[in-house]
Amino acid sequence: MTRSERVYRGHPGPGSTVVGEALVARDNFSARYDLDLKTGVFSRPSHKLFGESYVGKILILNVAKGGVATAWMLREMVQSGRAPKALILNFANPIMAQGAAFAELPLIDRFDVDITGVIRTGELVCCEPGTGTLRVV
Amino acid sequence: MLAGAEGPARQQAMQQIVKVGRFFDAADTVAVSQVHIMADPEALGLSGVAYLESLARLPWTERRVRIPTVTDPRGVDFAAYKRLGQTEAMADLERRATAAFEALGVMMTNTCINYQSVIPPVKGEHVAFGDTGSSIYANSVLGARTNFEGGPSALAAALTGRTPRYGYHLDAHRRGTHLFEIADRPRDLAEWGALGGVIGRAMGSYWDVPVLAGLSAPIASDEMKQFGAALASFGSTPLFHMVGVTPEAPSLAAAFDDRPTPRAHKLSRSDIADLMSSYRPKDDRLDVVVFAAPQLSLFEMQTLAGLLDGRRVSPKVTLLAATSPDIKSAADRMGITARIEQSGATVLSGVCFYQMYAREIGQANGWTRLMSNSAKIVNILGGYGYEPVLDSMAACVESAVAGRIVGRPQ
Repeated sequence: MTRSERVYRGHPGPGSTVVGEALVARDNFSARYDLDLKTGVFSRPSHKLFGESYVGKILILNVAKGGVATAWMLREMVQSGRAPKALILNFANPIMAQGAAFAELPLIDRFDVDITGVIRTGELVCCEPGTGTLRVV
Repeated sequence: MLAGAEGPARQQAMQQIVKVGRFFDAADTVAVSQVHIMADPEALGLSGVAYLESLARLPWTERRVRIPTVTDPRGVDFAAYKRLGQTEAMADLERRATAAFEALGVMMTNTCINYQSVIPPVKGEHVAFGDTGSSIYANSVLGARTNFEGGPSALAAALTGRTPRYGYHLDAHRRGTHLFEIADRPRDLAEWGALGGVIGRAMGSYWDVPVLAGLSAPIASDEMKQFGAALASFGSTPLFHMVGVTPEAPSLAAAFDDRPTPRAHKLSRSDIADLMSSYRPKDDRLDVVVFAAPQLSLFEMQTLAGLLDGRRVSPKVTLLAATSPDIKSAADRMGITARIEQSGATVLSGVCFYQMYAREIGQANGWTRLMSNSAKIVNILGGYGYEPVLDSMAACVESAVAGRIVGRPQ
């Protein structure tokens, strides 16, 4: 398989197609509990991405976790210009889906592989929520 | 509604419902009887408040909510915000958000314990609840049916009276997926929360439904509240069953819909103790004691008053207790608030500590070491720059009086 053939299929979600640099960890994700929205970095000390900026990245994590506030916060993040370009999860939850729908933030989940294990941080990826496709470019 | 014939508010609400419904492959929508909206100003941000205000400017027939709609805790208690170091900008955002909600016909209950203090739903009732603690209680203890409805989706439900039919509205998602055999019954509310935390940490996703066996009825409402709030916070799961206790689990077989029962994970006192000791500090310094998350019931307020009677909170420590405006009003009338505040403690109304700019309040007051009997709050505040400690309400009060962390009385 060549690099150009690395295509992963998940469940379609809200938002438009975007291309960006991947930021990947096997950890879970909550906007309220894990992020400092003012500085745009992961602020939970126990998170693998602690101290990393998520702004403008295709953020690839495992499972959406706690905090209903995320449903509002994703839109605030998008409108303030301090948001990831897209959210790619193994499993989203309703809060993440509701927030992404409200924010028009691209979101794909439910891949046929562990998506955090097949994309590496720094790789350029194309996220197509309309078809639920993630492609390494 | 989707075509816009009933105005832009209901149109946008239907668009939100359609997008979320498609994401979860919902076949249709389901009528809900009441809505609980989580929308504190910290979560809303400027963009969220501006969005609410845009709805509030529409004609009354277009903006009015269709079904009874109540609110989760707010971010600012106007009687206390200056003392807590909250800013005028925070207070302004709170005033604007509240005014916008009132213009939509939303009832400002400002509580996360609406299942104790407003109208608890009944078994089989479809609702749209917006706090993880209120959702898990409604699903598990009451047998009502809700997903976690974040603010935008709760608002969509309020404006349309409907929500997408997926997840916990469907029988198929309500059967157990994991089994826990509980050897030792928790001894106090902090331990009930810790048990919820242990099980929550073991949950993989929103779709996992833990079943607990080995606990016997009755389990008090406040115990269920702390257990469920912690489980939902650590695990992001909205439903549990307790065999022989909760309404959808009269038997082990019923909890699993007569399917094969998974192998039981055994949990004992040591698992609860391990979770609590994972929040053990390296020294006994103490800045602030918080009773919140969930807000205190009238019974918890009375218990707290009893622990504080005749005592003085150390001048080195701030003690905060958060409850709903309705319970605060009852506690005022019954002299409970006065008994708590005579100790030097502060009773907060209509707010919850982690929803009131906890990070900024901590910085403004120089608070890092925080003690609480809520496993949910210690879980959340670890991400907000605090060093949280989990212990019983009695140990928290002893520590507040001593001005340093003291262990639970044996």
